[in-house]
Amino acid sequence: MDKTLPSDACRYFNEAMETLDRPQIEALQLERLQATVRRCMNSPFYKERFEQAGLKPEDIRSLDDLRRIPFTTKKDLRDTYPFGISCVPLRECVRLHSSSGTTGNPTVILHTQNDLDEWANQVARNLWMVGLRPDDVFQNSSGYGMFTGGLGFQYGAERLGMLTIPAAAGNSLRQIKFMTDFGTTALHAVPSYVTRLYEVMQSCGVDPRKDTKLRVLAIGAEPHSEEQRKRIEEMMGVKAYNSFGMSEMCGPGVGFECPEQNGLHFWEDYYIVEIVDPETLEPVPDGEVGELVLTSLCREAMPLLRYRTRDLTRVLGRTCPCGRNHVRLDRMRGRSDDMMVLRGVNIFPIQIEKILMQFPELANNYLITLTTDDDNDNMTVEVELEELFTDDYQRLQGLQKRIQRALKDEILLTPHVKLVPKGTLPVSEGKAVRVSDKRKVYQ
Amino acid sequence: MTIKQLSIFIENKGGTLIQVLELLSQAGIQIIASTVADTMDYGIYRVLCDKPTDAYLLLREHGINVQLADVMALSIDDQPGMAAHAVRQLSDASVSILYMYSFLWKGKGVLVMRTEPAERAKEIVLINKIQFLTEKDF
Repeated sequence: MDKTLPSDACRYFNEAMETLDRPQIEALQLERLQATVRRCMNSPFYKERFEQAGLKPEDIRSLDDLRRIPFTTKKDLRDTYPFGISCVPLRECVRLHSSSGTTGNPTVILHTQNDLDEWANQVARNLWMVGLRPDDVFQNSSGYGMFTGGLGFQYGAERLGMLTIPAAAGNSLRQIKFMTDFGTTALHAVPSYVTRLYEVMQSCGVDPRKDTKLRVLAIGAEPHSEEQRKRIEEMMGVKAYNSFGMSEMCGPGVGFECPEQNGLHFWEDYYIVEIVDPETLEPVPDGEVGELVLTSLCREAMPLLRYRTRDLTRVLGRTCPCGRNHVRLDRMRGRSDDMMVLRGVNIFPIQIEKILMQFPELANNYLITLTTDDDNDNMTVEVELEELFTDDYQRLQGLQKRIQRALKDEILLTPHVKLVPKGTLPVSEGKAVRVSDKRKVYQ
Repeated sequence: MTIKQLSIFIENKGGTLIQVLELLSQAGIQIIASTVADTMDYGIYRVLCDKPTDAYLLLREHGINVQLADVMALSIDDQPGMAAHAVRQLSDASVSILYMYSFLWKGKGVLVMRTEPAERAKEIVLINKIQFLTEKDF
């Protein structure tokens, strides 16, 4: 891979790609789509899909023909677990990322070396775009391991040539020590963790403006409002740029805000972006909210065609004063399924339900409430008692703690657990309302 | 030698206590003593009444989380030191008191308690000839 860097003064990491005009973008997309579709015929899954749809790779003659290709869903990834969508032999793969898979089979994403290199290039492009250069010190306070926010930013920041600190998540005092001792100039974290760091900084007398060299924040992997972003920027005294990624497309790097902070540029040399009505699956006009559907154009190991992300967003524009004509999408405005994202962790209500049902002391009704308290996002799980099995507080509290521990093992976060009397939770007609999201996110 | 007490699980929010009290009142059940402690989210409202089994069935019928608990009601002279004397005997025998409340009943002090182990507590009460109330006393 060519690892040369532009000069520090250049605004673009990959000037040729970033400054393509619309006709050039579309011509490139068609060429890459055709190559990707041909590659997909090595995948038993896509081969069968195309046969079922009566479609041949050579039928894709224009970008409009994309719409003839069936959608790919998370369920498809689960059904073909672990390697059924792969387009290359395992021998050619060098990395595997996986979701926790608590709602069924996990989803597995394979990468070739070239996939990893291109992923690093995407992340580096984003970080360069917001002004980071090889002289910067990048602290990645994101979870490592299977969560792609760790290694994705690590390799991207290294690709850009920055001194990169794999601080990982947690241990705020140590994070702050790294920042002050190593002269961290850029930090990546989920937004709620940035506010947490600020609180700890305050409690130990560290002023981010005076005592650190911080100048750029990258935040993502968790829904946050414009208001929340502004508050984070005020706290830390620097700009905070919104990042979008998903492991199915590689990880972080898919979309990122430019210095204009007016939507996220989705890199159309790497992906085709569609916004569709989640009910009819027909495209919606620019400006209207719909479900984001992505087709990867450069992935080798596991390209995905028309992948339904379940994230809701809208097209803001296709031009930008920054000189990049890659489509700008609004921050994610919600989900078209019932997935919740809390502190960077994806959680489905069914995971909570599964745990609660293991406790015979509990009735069937429960309510998950998400709130923002002092800038921290929290989850409260209220659950009805089936029978009052004791009149001893300690045993009730013991039950509460056992539920809390079991939930933590499942969703990796510690929710508040509240026992409530039977019949007190709202029961709605038909499908019960299980989640009440009161966070200051989607305004 | 134990009596039945209602233990009612109630949420710490407006209107829950009155719902229980009104149900008991409409059924003509007389409360003899009751107690509720303050906790964060929920509380257990403990009630001694004249018809505990009727009250239990009634509350259950209304979907309320309720339990009938066996508690001891020690009857002591209404004088300084009598409660200490009774509890001392239990304590010396390593009996734990999970909770306790007291009230005056016909000139005598009554200590209501749930103990553990309950059988050992009964023995101590009998050995030490501590007076106790039974359901017939109400």
